[in-house]
Amino acid sequence: MDAGLVAAQLLNGLQLGVLLFLLASGLTLIFGIMDFVNLAHGSLYMVGAYFCATLTDATGSFLLAVALALPATALVGAAVELLVVRRLYRRDHLDHVLATFGLILCFDALVQIIWGPEGMAIRLPAWADGQQHLPGGLVFPTYRLLIIGAGLAVAAGLYVLVVKTKLGMRIRAGASNPAMAGALGIDIGLLFTLVFALGAVMAGLAGMMIAPITEASIGMGNEIIITAFVVVIVGGIGSIRGAFVAALLIGLIDTMGRSFLDMGLKLVIDVQAAETSAPALSAMLIYILMAAVLAFRPQGLFPPKAR
Amino acid sequence: MSRAVGWALLAALAVGPPLALAAGQPFYVDILTRLVCLAAAATSLNLILGHGGMISFGHAAYIGIGAYAVGIPAYYEIYDGWLHILLAVAFSALFALATGAIALRTRGVYFIMITMAFAQMVFFAVVSIEEYGGDDGLVIDIRSEFPLVDLEDSLTLYYACFAVLLGTLYLVHRLVRSRFGMVIEGARGNERRMAALGFAFYRHRLAAYTLAGALCGLSGAMLGNFTNFISPEMMDWTRSGELIFMVVLGGTGALFGPLMGAAAFLLLEELLSGWTIYWQLPFGLLLILVVLFARGGLAGLLEGRRG
Repeated sequence: MDAGLVAAQLLNGLQLGVLLFLLASGLTLIFGIMDFVNLAHGSLYMVGAYFCATLTDATGSFLLAVALALPATALVGAAVELLVVRRLYRRDHLDHVLATFGLILCFDALVQIIWGPEGMAIRLPAWADGQQHLPGGLVFPTYRLLIIGAGLAVAAGLYVLVVKTKLGMRIRAGASNPAMAGALGIDIGLLFTLVFALGAVMAGLAGMMIAPITEASIGMGNEIIITAFVVVIVGGIGSIRGAFVAALLIGLIDTMGRSFLDMGLKLVIDVQAAETSAPALSAMLIYILMAAVLAFRPQGLFPPKAR
Repeated sequence: MSRAVGWALLAALAVGPPLALAAGQPFYVDILTRLVCLAAAATSLNLILGHGGMISFGHAAYIGIGAYAVGIPAYYEIYDGWLHILLAVAFSALFALATGAIALRTRGVYFIMITMAFAQMVFFAVVSIEEYGGDDGLVIDIRSEFPLVDLEDSLTLYYACFAVLLGTLYLVHRLVRSRFGMVIEGARGNERRMAALGFAFYRHRLAAYTLAGALCGLSGAMLGNFTNFISPEMMDWTRSGELIFMVVLGGTGALFGPLMGAAAFLLLEELLSGWTIYWQLPFGLLLILVVLFARGGLAGLLEGRRG
């Protein structure tokens, strides 16, 4: 096995991991604080990508487009919260999944109406489009390194926001006891809208970051959102730290499994059987991991504190 | 009232297809075949969702397992219908038993997300197996062969599917009125009370979950026979969402609810997709409105109950 290939795949796994974290942190925040299951989180990921694609075309600058698309996605998130989600907090989880499933259908159709059925590619600026020579003779695309760096920076920023700022204190207060926080004068309604918009921004950012690689397309969020759910479950619902650890773990395991599982299997079973079973097995790997974690810790790796 | 409508619908389904053929409209036989297959699947989901309170978001996986239990043997030119049905029911039950044993250890959102993730695991496993067509799916050249019954005849196939629907309805009806059904209904209402009464309801739930999976696998086998073409798309998680929508649209926990829901669902789909190519938009909006304002579903509306 070539060490350079392993290193490159480790970086790819890390890149998938930070994207998953951006999605899962919003999901887990919204769940932890509002006790709300948002299936339509993947739609905000898609909306972010389309906003960014359109704005890149309009302004000619990818960075400017991201800077403008982030508040736009936040507005969409806030609008969804105010129009639909807000009415559902007191309902049970079945109502949550159904209504947000309806939102997915609406978003997919709306995107098709506005941007048409074909996907939209985003051209990277020249400075982000090259390759970097890393120590050890490893060559890796600049843009993927930027994704990893930006993702880790957002994770650190989120940590500071939640743990060190006044807003973060309110968020944590809302998470541990919304009624008490409300009685102490925190505007819970506003707080919930803000948290939902924050989750939307992070999902949108993930979509913007992946769009130059895969292009923005309808339904792009519907697949990755399930993996993000797996991250949330493995990490423990409501835990940002858990989401971070689980996102990196799952990003790495998924990527490494797809690249190297067939080689590993060939050591144990014969070549033919390994080549046929490896793709299916590697596709199932993260779900098997999830099942294993849940068998021992039904609340995930970092279970939320009892409320 | 809703019972009467349910019986009327069944009567219409019993006599509808020959009339449609006589009127020279074979197209309607196709729609009705799909309707009875999906209604049977939704009825099996209602057993665990409506009566047991287990919100499984992975029920479409069993449709897929059932369909592939017909398609894969057919790929090897094995057309024995009883074998197909045996495989469909056995594998669905086995998958439900294995995943249910883990998923039922958890509650609430964990359960929703885990059932969804396990279904997605099957989806990705099937996508990655090139031998059986992967993403592109598999054509079933000859339908399941039974003695005396020729499923290649569209009317015969319809009545076979109708028989499966009747059998599923009867079984669910008997079950929920049995002691077994009382236990899972009781556990939905109040777990702690049921435990205090001495019921080990985990086993009852697992049995119900397994049975629902097996029944759905059977309807999947019929659906596979009907479509003559199977693909992983049949078990995409959005299909599971549609099944839940059918159950909720009809009214959870009402015997004929899923049947009415499936009928309304397909009717809407036909009407809206004939009206606009963006039919998902009004469909999604309607779903949100049903959740917000008509929680009892059609059965509830017919009984004069509201949200």
